[in-house]
Amino acid sequence: MELPQARGALSATLSDALRDGTPDLSSVEPDDEEDLHLSLWMLYELHYRGFDGVDDAREWDPDLLTVRARLEGRFESDLRAACRPIVELADARGSVPDQLAAITAYDVGVSLPNFVQREASADQYLEFLAQRSLYHLKESDPAAWAVPRLEGPAKVALAELQYDEYGGGRPERLHSRLFAEAMEACRLDASYGAYVDRVPAYTLAVNNAMSLFGLHRRLRGAAMGHLAAFEMTSSLPCRRYLQGAERLGLGEPVGHYFDEHVEADAVHEHLAARGICGALVEAEPQLRPDVLFGAAACVHLDAVAAQQMLDAWADGRSALRVVRDREVA
Amino acid sequence: MSECQVTLIPDGPALIRGADRIRDADGVTHEATRPVVAVCLCGLTQRPPWCDATHKVAVKP
Ligand code: FES
Ligand SMILES: [Fe+2]
Ligand SMILES: [Fe+2]
Repeated sequence: MELPQARGALSATLSDALRDGTPDLSSVEPDDEEDLHLSLWMLYELHYRGFDGVDDAREWDPDLLTVRARLEGRFESDLRAACRPIVELADARGSVPDQLAAITAYDVGVSLPNFVQREASADQYLEFLAQRSLYHLKESDPAAWAVPRLEGPAKVALAELQYDEYGGGRPERLHSRLFAEAMEACRLDASYGAYVDRVPAYTLAVNNAMSLFGLHRRLRGAAMGHLAAFEMTSSLPCRRYLQGAERLGLGEPVGHYFDEHVEADAVHEHLAARGICGALVEAEPQLRPDVLFGAAACVHLDAVAAQQMLDAWADGRSALRVVRDREVA
Repeated sequence: MSECQVTLIPDGPALIRGADRIRDADGVTHEATRPVVAVCLCGLTQRPPWCDATHKVAVKP
């Protein structure tokens, strides 16, 4: 993947630093949320697939890790503050699955799935896929960082869930591959990270939260809470996305991706809520607040992204950023 | 025949591990294509015998 286009002072300096290693990042602050989340996303990407022309060894460059820690500190504290009211939806004495159910029932009154099912134009549906591609082309990868950090039944349940996400022994069923095929069927660019320049900060934030939780062992509770909330809010919406794809005649691979997730996530939600989070909190009770925080972060960031996309479309705008050179949809 | 493990989810489906096929009430056999499958017990699913999470939006009696 190429380095993304800069969105401000920090991402510009960071790009230069990644290319030739010279610029000093210690005093550069992000201009705004776009600059912050793109910079953080670039720093995280060094741990996944890296960038063309950037030395793989930079993944563990202490100066880059220092910048990352600074951005993470800011992101995490803002996120914890935003999630507090959502975490409070959970009854403090409830079981972990019941608490997760209360958090994932959080309703902001906007429904992206309803809109995509009934009203979205074909172009809007493609914008939706392009935004989602940032995650779905590495579907389940951020949660995989947690495997060596869990023990016993929680580890077994996570491995069981991941085995299904990763195709159940069949490369042609890898969920990330099903998503790539859906994109190709719509003539979208299915190469990894192709739409990073087009997605706004809110979609980068959705992805950065998963990497933040996945890459820090201390946040393993949040990583698993996030995974549970993701799975628990997937099956019913995927049915709507499937119906939207059928209404627009987008082609079988698009339907197939969402069809698979109606059924798969009706299983995964229980594996995640009970098998993983329930067992994790039993083994490590001190992780309960972070499990709930991770779940709240998932619903909060998803709600923000949904609101922003619907607002853009309601105003007759594209939900994607306009950039030089590349075109979509 | 190998052994299966069944987990009942309160107000939800039955999770079944280790099954290759599921036979429904009409005697029709359905292939289980993932390591764990969720069989609908509420009767409201649109894709029987599998749970499609409809039970979550069903009005409780
Ligand atoms: S038990 Fe889930 S739809 Fe019936
Ligand atoms: Fe998946
Ligand atoms: Fe899933």
